[in-house]
Amino acid sequence: MTYFPEEVVEHIFDFLSSHRDRNIVSTVCKAWYRVERLSRRSVFVGNCYAVRPGRVMARFPGTKCLSVKGKPHFADFNLVPHDWGGFALPWIEAAARGCPGLEELRLKRMVVSDESLELLARSFPNFKALVLVSCEGFSTDGLAAIATHCRGLRELDLQENEVEDHGRQWLSCFPDSCTSLESLNFACLKGEVNAGALERLVARCVNLRSLKLNRAISVESLARILVRTPHLVELGTGSFTVEHRAEAYQRLIHAFRKCKSLKSLSGFWDVAPRCLQSIYSICPNLTVLNLSYAPAIQGADLVKLIRHCFKLQKLWVLDCIGDKGLAVVASTCKELQELRVFPSDIYGTGTAAVTEEGLVAISSGCSKLNSLLYFCHQMTNAALITVAKNCPHFTRFRLCILDPGKPDPDTNQPLDEGFGAIVRSCNDLRRLSLSGLLTDTVFLYIGEYAARLEMLSIAFAGDSDKGMVYVLNGCKNLRKLEIRDSPFGDAALLENVGKYETMRSLWMSSCDVTLGGCKALAAKMPRLNVEVINDRVESDEMEENPSDMHKVEKMYVYRTLAGARNDAPEFVDIL
Amino acid sequence: MEGAGESLRDTELRLGLPGTDAPEKPALTVTRGGKRALPEDNEEAYAKSSKSSSAEEQGEGDLCGQEPPAAKAQVVGWPPIRSYRKNSLHARKVEGEAAGLYVKVSMDGAPYLRKIDLKVYKGYKELREALDDMFKCFSLGEFPRKEGCSGSEYAITYEDKDGDLMLVGDVPWEMFISSCRRLRIMKGSEARGLGSRH
Repeated sequence: MTYFPEEVVEHIFDFLSSHRDRNIVSTVCKAWYRVERLSRRSVFVGNCYAVRPGRVMARFPGTKCLSVKGKPHFADFNLVPHDWGGFALPWIEAAARGCPGLEELRLKRMVVSDESLELLARSFPNFKALVLVSCEGFSTDGLAAIATHCRGLRELDLQENEVEDHGRQWLSCFPDSCTSLESLNFACLKGEVNAGALERLVARCVNLRSLKLNRAISVESLARILVRTPHLVELGTGSFTVEHRAEAYQRLIHAFRKCKSLKSLSGFWDVAPRCLQSIYSICPNLTVLNLSYAPAIQGADLVKLIRHCFKLQKLWVLDCIGDKGLAVVASTCKELQELRVFPSDIYGTGTAAVTEEGLVAISSGCSKLNSLLYFCHQMTNAALITVAKNCPHFTRFRLCILDPGKPDPDTNQPLDEGFGAIVRSCNDLRRLSLSGLLTDTVFLYIGEYAARLEMLSIAFAGDSDKGMVYVLNGCKNLRKLEIRDSPFGDAALLENVGKYETMRSLWMSSCDVTLGGCKALAAKMPRLNVEVINDRVESDEMEENPSDMHKVEKMYVYRTLAGARNDAPEFVDIL
Repeated sequence: MEGAGESLRDTELRLGLPGTDAPEKPALTVTRGGKRALPEDNEEAYAKSSKSSSAEEQGEGDLCGQEPPAAKAQVVGWPPIRSYRKNSLHARKVEGEAAGLYVKVSMDGAPYLRKIDLKVYKGYKELREALDDMFKCFSLGEFPRKEGCSGSEYAITYEDKDGDLMLVGDVPWEMFISSCRRLRIMKGSEARGLGSRH
């Protein structure tokens, strides 16, 4: 194919949408590398420290969509100290210099300052979409800058970020001439916004299809908004506190009836169970329903609602739905593909809200299920074996038994066989999270059968180094491995050092790895950054030169072309 | 230290089929991450060493059948739920559970007031029953059972956060307890104006 003119090759590459495919074709020959790099429009950087921002922009000058991820996944659970890193500013600066045609920016788990949002707002005349997921470091002032300067903005999607509230005026910064918004999500903002400005904004943005409000938006306001946005496809309600006899509620029901395109619902903070009736008319069309922020809705009311939702593909609920509620889901939602059941009572001993019974019921009713996140109080091997048989199509299987290291309550055995059945049956499994009592045996199974596994999360599991070695030697597609509180040490860490260059990253915390082991790894593999993250308290007390025998509390290893990063805080040692 | 426990177990002579070990919770005796929190350690140590297994052992073994342990040892970053979600659920609970929600209850004609914790009631019915119980010693007649009080002797009203006098029972329970500042049981004759809903 090298004798085809470059335009033809480029045209053929147009059909390659996945960045992995494009990465592969770029390694075929210099000509293809050149064609590919100049024609790539969408760039994905899975680890912001794997490569320098400037290098990315230099290689792909035509970048229109840039996607960057920062902190390791366990940062979600407070295992990564607050100022570890993951700053967005260098990326925005490099893009401003190298790719001023940038249209979309997606950042996950990064620290985004108001300064960087202001720079973003002013640097890209064609900017269309900003998506921030689990980020922090900015305030509503930064949002004001985006609203003010990004003419033609189509999408502003803020998912679960920590945003400082500096006042409600940011929304009013969208000029009257702004009519281009198609998606607006500010559900994670804590403060109020100017309701009038919001209503006018959504009224003039006729292409608005996705709107997710925050808790400060009242039902009255929601009713007025919905009247102006009858073509909405996705809605996140604000606070749903309303007296069911109130006029506002009647208006809301009326407005919902007009929204014939609604397919996705979320929000529902503070909703009183009785008010759920207002959405019964929409339920038969719903494909996505997120009630995981509505702890006031107990099992019986949830069930009444779900009985109307037979087209549901994605359901996020709290465990107050109970096993019985899940059985109703199983008999009603035959199209279900993704289920997430979150715990409502995190620290209490509480009533056993969902158990293995609920999961088995789901698996027997919902044969299309491919993605699961399930928090429960107990699980049995028998149940997992049944689930594996009923649902062989899992691509993501994340099970969290709330008691760490809990065995099968019926047999007191570890859950090795249950998870073993899952990996044997689900050939397309890409992501797996383990919990419960587990020995090295489960890792033997994973290494042997989970050929497509890309991400594995381990907590309080295993007996010896053998466990980790089974995984490193077996799972040939492994990209991310994160381990906490498990007895894996230097021998396991150093068994297959070449493996880490085929992976994005390895995280180990509260394991048996020592400083000496980390140093050895760093010495053998210069293209890995081996970060030792010290506990703040410990680093104050530690001497200048801690012994190599000292166990490392947190270690983060990742392949990189950029060498040691220069923005690491003092409690991080890069070996 | 790590391997010792395991290998000893392997050499142990036993009667019984393999796999039928007494539930000794083997995982708890094998050291994990080199940090074994002993049952005597306080909860602070647990939080740092990220292990709750010993707490379980203590909880299940010793306290079986009794009151569940007051607060399970909290392991850092466990369960794996995003802070955002934890905060939003926890905030609601904290709003609800922090120190109770005590409001004064006065009754027309009664010599002294009472105080109740609104948090302990699940809804209006329970509240009415509790008030009935509390004030029946003043033998002042039956309390209105339904919303609205046409015909009965007393009406339960409350002062909301704006200082207005409102009839109890109109708004959803959650909304009521967040806005109620004090309760007042009024004589029917005064309450008539509030009660009419037609």
